[in-house]
Amino acid sequence: MTPSLLYALTGAGLIALGLYGFVTRSHLIRRVLAFNVIGSGVFLVFGALGHEGGITDPVPQALIITGIVVALSLTAFAAAMIARYAEDGGGGLDPDAEDAG
Amino acid sequence: MSLVFDIALCALILGVAAMALLGRGLFASLAFFIVYGLLIALAWLSLNAIDVALAEAAIGAGVTGVLLIGAWQALNAQSALDPDPVAHWITRVFAGLGCLAIGGLLALAILAMPGGTGLTTEVIDTQGQLDLGNSVTAVLLGFRAYDTLLESIVLLAALVAVWSLTPQGLWGGIPGPRHRTRPDGVMASFGRLLPPAGLIAGVYLVWAGSDAPGGAFQAGTVLAAAWILAVLAGLQDEPEVTSPLLRAALLIGPALFLLVGAVGAGFGGFLAYPEGFEKPVILAIEYALALSIAATLALLVAGPPRRPGGAR
Repeated sequence: MTPSLLYALTGAGLIALGLYGFVTRSHLIRRVLAFNVIGSGVFLVFGALGHEGGITDPVPQALIITGIVVALSLTAFAAAMIARYAEDGGGGLDPDAEDAG
Repeated sequence: MSLVFDIALCALILGVAAMALLGRGLFASLAFFIVYGLLIALAWLSLNAIDVALAEAAIGAGVTGVLLIGAWQALNAQSALDPDPVAHWITRVFAGLGCLAIGGLLALAILAMPGGTGLTTEVIDTQGQLDLGNSVTAVLLGFRAYDTLLESIVLLAALVAVWSLTPQGLWGGIPGPRHRTRPDGVMASFGRLLPPAGLIAGVYLVWAGSDAPGGAFQAGTVLAAAWILAVLAGLQDEPEVTSPLLRAALLIGPALFLLVGAVGAGFGGFLAYPEGFEKPVILAIEYALALSIAATLALLVAGPPRRPGGAR
């Protein structure tokens, strides 16, 4: 197995793991965490498949750097929304609990 | 690096990701996530993608971690910790099966990928025309400059979105709380010791970025970290969000980039650099972008205004 294949498969594993976390843990911060894990999994698949003979293709590299920054932009907005949600009283983050009460 | 190291690293990455996603305590999960980001940076290093490793360590692990810890603090300060529910076991079983299927299909697709040469040789053959030694910088600011321009604008848009969450009456105010620390404490000492080193590292990264690993995004992040540290240590305060100087710092990178792009329209297409002057133009854009990215990231971490502005 080449390192390229190994890391690409790890990326696939991260995507699956991240999706599982996204579905089963509904806390807002966990959702943002899961989004970031899925994102880095996608980047790893993309970058590792462009790895050939000890060099990683610079085009995916540049696009991944762009992707990291875009993921950060979304995370920053999500974090600010979570903070504002908390400041406004928010209440429980579990919609089922709210229905019951 | 040896395959044994790679296998161990991949196992560690998957394990730490599982702890971050599914671990018991939310704060512990955040700590695991930061470790995860650093491990991913190591993976990129092992793949010889040093520029991506730098970006991942600085942005993916560092800034994202700080942002999420900030959100966690806000949740914590307002109420008793919100419940951190785990889905019903039936949901977990079906989600597990579905995600296994998705992971399996992805793995099959990866194994079925035809080996290709990619664009490595094309980039290396043509980057000489831009007089750049770093292929990734050549792609970011030369061949795919359009993406990079839009990316710098996405960052600005994120900041506008964050600012749009400003509580009523506080617009024009100062982001974040005023931090106070013990003057002889650890935080205050680190706040004095690290920013100068960060400043040098940041300037080095953008200076070296044209020929060696580094560049505007990595440099901007390190510069932003130096500023955030000084603020956390209570040595500096955030500026008012309406400050003209601040606005200029935010805009100079994307504005210069757009201007060059528009001028380039006269040389045969949007973002076509004037022949013979590619390198100075690219360097000017990089330096301006590093400054704007640093300012934008620092303010993204600070969040929307929380206090009324002072001297007005």
